[in-house]
Amino acid sequence: MQEGTRLTRSIGLIPSSVMIGIFFMVPFVLILLTSVSVPTADGDYQLGFSLEHFDRFASWFYIERALFSAGLCALIALLSLLIAFPFTYMLTQFGPRSQTVWLIYILAQLSLSEVLIAFSWQILLSRTGGIANILVWVGLAEKSFSMAPSAGAVLAALVYLAVPFSVLLLYPALSRLDRSLTEAARTLGASPLRTFFTVVVPVTRPAIISGGVTIFVLTLGAIIVPQVLGKPEHWTLSVLITDQAIFNFNMPFASALAVVLLVISASVIYGVTKFFGGKS
Amino acid sequence: MNILRRLYLAIFAIYLIGPIIVITAVSFNEKRFLAFPPRGFSFRWYAEIFVANDWFAALMNSLVIALAAATLSVLIALPVAYTAWRYGLRYARALFGLGIAPFILPPVIMALGFLLLFTSTGFHGLMINVIIAHAIFLLALPLVTISLGLESVDKSLIEASQTMGASNAVVFRTVILPIAAPFAFAGFAFCFVLSLNEYIIALMTVGFTVETLPVKIFNALRYGYSPVIASIAVVFLLINITVFSLIARFSNLTRILGAQD
Amino acid sequence: MSGLIIEGVTKKFGNVTAVEDVNLHFKTGEMICFLGPSGCGKTTLLRMIAGLEEPTQGSISFEGKDLTRVPVHQRDIGMVFQSFALFPHLSVGENITYAMRIRGHSRSEREDRAKELLDMMHLPGVADRRISQLSGGQRQRVAIARALALNPQIFLLDEPMSALDANLREAMQIELRKLQQELGITTVVVTHDQTEAMTMADEIVVMGRARVLQTGSPMEIYKKPVDKFVAGFIGTSNLLPAKMSGENAVRVGSAELRVEHGAVGQPAGTDVLLMTRPEEVFVRPIGASAPANAVTGKVSFVRDIGATIEILVDCDGHEVISVLTPKDWPDVRIGDAVTVEMPAGACTVLAA
Repeated sequence: MQEGTRLTRSIGLIPSSVMIGIFFMVPFVLILLTSVSVPTADGDYQLGFSLEHFDRFASWFYIERALFSAGLCALIALLSLLIAFPFTYMLTQFGPRSQTVWLIYILAQLSLSEVLIAFSWQILLSRTGGIANILVWVGLAEKSFSMAPSAGAVLAALVYLAVPFSVLLLYPALSRLDRSLTEAARTLGASPLRTFFTVVVPVTRPAIISGGVTIFVLTLGAIIVPQVLGKPEHWTLSVLITDQAIFNFNMPFASALAVVLLVISASVIYGVTKFFGGKS
Repeated sequence: MNILRRLYLAIFAIYLIGPIIVITAVSFNEKRFLAFPPRGFSFRWYAEIFVANDWFAALMNSLVIALAAATLSVLIALPVAYTAWRYGLRYARALFGLGIAPFILPPVIMALGFLLLFTSTGFHGLMINVIIAHAIFLLALPLVTISLGLESVDKSLIEASQTMGASNAVVFRTVILPIAAPFAFAGFAFCFVLSLNEYIIALMTVGFTVETLPVKIFNALRYGYSPVIASIAVVFLLINITVFSLIARFSNLTRILGAQD
Repeated sequence: MSGLIIEGVTKKFGNVTAVEDVNLHFKTGEMICFLGPSGCGKTTLLRMIAGLEEPTQGSISFEGKDLTRVPVHQRDIGMVFQSFALFPHLSVGENITYAMRIRGHSRSEREDRAKELLDMMHLPGVADRRISQLSGGQRQRVAIARALALNPQIFLLDEPMSALDANLREAMQIELRKLQQELGITTVVVTHDQTEAMTMADEIVVMGRARVLQTGSPMEIYKKPVDKFVAGFIGTSNLLPAKMSGENAVRVGSAELRVEHGAVGQPAGTDVLLMTRPEEVFVRPIGASAPANAVTGKVSFVRDIGATIEILVDCDGHEVISVLTPKDWPDVRIGDAVTVEMPAGACTVLAA
């Protein structure tokens, strides 16, 4: 009661509305407008409506890049969830203290700049740096060699980037999982492994699906790893957008590619949640 | 089973921490060239961060931007989360949803949007640009943590304080704020850390005028290996660990990450 | 007019009527219990007295002052919440003196008062503890102390015992009643527990489906319930379908019984219910001198719980319970045919 009218309550929202309006909505609209702009005689662009930038995208080169991006990100989502799920399940069974320590480390690594992750994998995969030396040492390789740039290097580093995110995305569902469910399965004669596959995984399916979608979108946004550890044919849409905007100054085409990226992200989020019924 | 468990945990831990150990070891290398296992031991690449003017300037830029962006982000998020929670205003809830969106999209999209906005208005290259851009991009973090904090304020606590004579302003100051503040702090800290490590938005808003540390590292990477990067990675990791430990100490980390109390 | 007066109060939430046309008048210093099943509107009525809800219609006044539009924080009340609503970020002492702090009382004044209240609640020396370190019973005492810190004029308690276990509950009911009498403070308690209401109240208000069904002292309500709902809610009651057979008589099956209470004087042939209380009916083996005012039946169960014995008698498909002490034991077994004596003074006629 006595809490003032709807209007006075809304007044406090004005500064935030202005900030979100100008700095989120306007940039968004600008991307859309720029993606359909028309070029001027002096090489600049102006408001208008033309689909020529989307036309340019509709060549095999760019479609292949889009398909490659989507396929790579789907594979990464799958791999990182496979790696992270059992760990997260175990993590939720740790004591509160060690849970917190692990979570702090995982958050710290997850926040680490993509630049630094790319750098560390560059070292790891270099001729003098790490894994190759170990391979020589255990006798699997005769001579140290460099493993980057390659598609495998991009994949490895992006999975490494995605695993901490996967842990955090699975953590809520797994830590809220009703322990009496697994206990019930055990009393009914299921082994721990069977319990895991017949109870834990199905019950947390919505989180697995929405986690997968989130990882997919997240890795779609990766920019540095493909550049540092891959050859140009491993570049993803995000890299191409950056390249067009920063180094070719082709804003309309960069915008068109951004719209494509947006459509891919949105339709994957929408499609997967609708098809599998997961919550995001 | 137990052996399998331990084995898996060990492999997972090595996978997760291994690259960090390698980078840490490399950062103590005495020589300028890359070698692992490291040759010799020295702190010179750590000293370099603070001695070399360009690295130190980039570090300071990053810290200033992260602090300002986190503060701004919390200030934008606070009224939205509060009105949505306290009065359930539909408009506030819509604003809340809008505020979450930038964080879900691939960052390059927002980055390009900011680039278009600042170039078309003629304000390109100012430091305030990247501060605002980060504040908006990371707005989801304070929004979510602050509303988690507000949700932990039981409505009966508010009523109790009203029955004891507290007006709305007093209720806010003596009940809501003290309970929600640790969560707001967590939102601030998350924002700070992610802003510190953010690359693409910084590049597209101020990349050629104000060099942040991630941008500088990437530029350095193009010219080949530099051992300073390894030491910076270690410093960043330590900053991240410190900040998240603070959150765990003064706020409810497991709850913020989605566990139940 | 003195006392707490509720006049024509109605509260609607959208299309749902939570409280409908309630009129009540209580004397200053009384302890009042709102009793009823969940969803009957008793908590909403309490919250309107507190000022946490505003009546859709009607008015609430205390000591002649209209409170209806006074904001909650300007009413002179103390309230104990069902969850206790203790502030987790404040210590026990800070919780208790919260009302004093926001009114600018000095620190030393607050500390003295906290100590005084904790002593009164038999909780000395816990002022510096965190709320999380207290047991449920201790939390309740802190919540009561906090509500009473500034000697409010009206003391409100919303289901104060529901978070306590059974033993503690009974002890606290007695303690709370004693405290209330000592302080002489006008008190309203909401409860769904009839024993609690009967232990503590001067006046019980029985509510059901948003309305007040009956108001009166505990004994009035126990002895003379106005309908079968109230009879069923307060204590255990035996209800037998009957027909009026005279001015002060009903017929149950073939038996004719005189009655003294309730809706007597209805035309003969009207369907009614004959209500008796278990401790006022007596079971006797058939064959002994046949008592007047009795029905017959068959013993279906005997429950001996030491201090009392309950005999369940099946009277033509309706169950009648008789509670007696071991010294009155009539020596009957399951399956025995018995008469159940219902003295006229114990019989109440209720509308069917």
